Amino acid sequence: MIEKGTFVRIRKTLLDPKDRSTNLPKDTQQVPFKLWVKGTLLDDAEMFDYVNIQTVTGRIVNGKLKESNPKYKHGYGDFVPEILTIRKIIKEDTKGNQS
Amino acid sequence: MTKYETLMARKNEIMKKSVGIDYNTYELDGIGFDYEAMMNDFDYSLKDIKDVQQKNMVGNTPLIELKNITNYARQFAKKGYGARIFVKDEAANLSGSFKARRASMAVDQAKQLGYKGVIAATSGNYGAAVAALAAKENLACIIVQECFDSKNISQPEILEKARKCEAFGAEVLQLSVGPELFYTFLELLEETGYFNASLYSPYGIKGIETLGAEIAEELMEKEGKYPEAVVITNAGGGNLTGTSRGLKTVGATDTKIIGASVNLYGLHMASDYDFNKKSFTTGHTGFGIPFAMNPDRSDVPRSAARPLRYMDRYVMVNQGSVFFMTEALAQLEGMERGPAGNTSLAAAFKLAQEMKEDEIIVVQETEYTGAGKHIMPQLSFAKKNNINLLFGNPLDEVPGKTIVFPNDGSLINYQEITITEIKKSYLKRYLDIALTTTDKTYLQKELKIDAETLTKLLKELTDERT
Repeated sequence: MIEKGTFVRIRKTLLDPKDRSTNLPKDTQQVPFKLWVKGTLLDDAEMFDYVNIQTVTGRIVNGKLKESNPKYKHGYGDFVPEILTIRKIIKEDTKGNQS
Repeated sequence: MTKYETLMARKNEIMKKSVGIDYNTYELDGIGFDYEAMMNDFDYSLKDIKDVQQKNMVGNTPLIELKNITNYARQFAKKGYGARIFVKDEAANLSGSFKARRASMAVDQAKQLGYKGVIAATSGNYGAAVAALAAKENLACIIVQECFDSKNISQPEILEKARKCEAFGAEVLQLSVGPELFYTFLELLEETGYFNASLYSPYGIKGIETLGAEIAEELMEKEGKYPEAVVITNAGGGNLTGTSRGLKTVGATDTKIIGASVNLYGLHMASDYDFNKKSFTTGHTGFGIPFAMNPDRSDVPRSAARPLRYMDRYVMVNQGSVFFMTEALAQLEGMERGPAGNTSLAAAFKLAQEMKEDEIIVVQETEYTGAGKHIMPQLSFAKKNNINLLFGNPLDEVPGKTIVFPNDGSLINYQEITITEIKKSYLKRYLDIALTTTDKTYLQKELKIDAETLTKLLKELTDERT
């Protein structure tokens, strides 16, 4: 169970495919238009329940509970060896050139 | 009408309440509006704007001569050629980009008009800028981002910007791909009654004028002249418009204004599938070209960002060259900066080679870098999305399929985007209208052309149609 008052992230479908703009590429037209937003859980709930949250600006939003204490998952990614090649090219090109 | 279209029909009514401007007062008879009247009604002199910005740690950023990069470029120039390359280190602004100049004026206006909060629709640095300045002014802040595809995969660059907005206390709404972002944005404006801190309001654009003015004034003081050229990364057109207006206001009327965008031709901006095939989420042709062709496609009835009024040339560079120059800036100048902000640097590297060595070309921005928003995660993400990283001729890059880094610096090049073609695309929608003298005068200003050229372009378009 996730307790009331926990900081969570929810997902909500805002527009079903039939309600979307009619001027869209086919691939986008076929999928729903969705929202992710974070806030404080207003009642005890289980993961994937439909819940109400209060966002940091005080708005109440309803959606499917997806994550509790959501962490930032982005970072520096995998190491990209091509960057070493770029550095080598720059060093080779500018050898003896530094002002 | 779909649910989407029903709300969109009420767009102007919602807008008027949320931006504090009655755009109808500037409308002319016919197709045009009085652009200068709209800009001048925001009665702030350059000095007033500087005052607001200075108290907010915005502006007065360092203008740095990139001597090592200049020498690098000169290796590939003929004798006597290779202009001095300067960069305006806009990463030094509060929140890490030139967008703080825009946000400072929008947030100041919101405060003065008595709004309780601000909302901005942006996946870019502007969100962080609005959030930071709203925090300083104790205003609530909501940022709406286009962030993920239907498989819930997000661009790392956008995730980082969301984190930064939240660091300043903002609420961030992350949306899946699609122009309906605007739908959510309108709903929120209506629900909250907050100020629309649009990127395209007169406040926002006037805020960038200080950037152009600082470049001109500092070079006049230190070098005794204005720069021959300024290269400006172009997406929605505001950066280019504001910088150009600032340069002109202080007297740098001969400085060539060169727009630069990352080439993302072939990728559809509203496509769920294409969304994560790109390695740049801003500063690219997918925004730059449509916004130049039709500035009023933005989130206000009349955009203050009108790049065709100022642009002398428009070039595009490939993703691989921008990443390469991002690395060169770190390796040769000790400046680690965000990739997207280096779009104009990649263009300037080649443009400088075509200019004389005593001339000056200014790259007018840098942006902050960090997790997600950095050469490493952006390239790592590209690989995960089956983009091939290759070395060779950058002009062989196919957006969405390959990223091509130059085999050596001599291969860094740009492709010219024919401005006349963009101007013709702009004019296309007026072909079936009997244009009055007022309309024609307006179009000449919009496209920076004389009466004769306007007639010629309209005739060419008519001929092409038949």
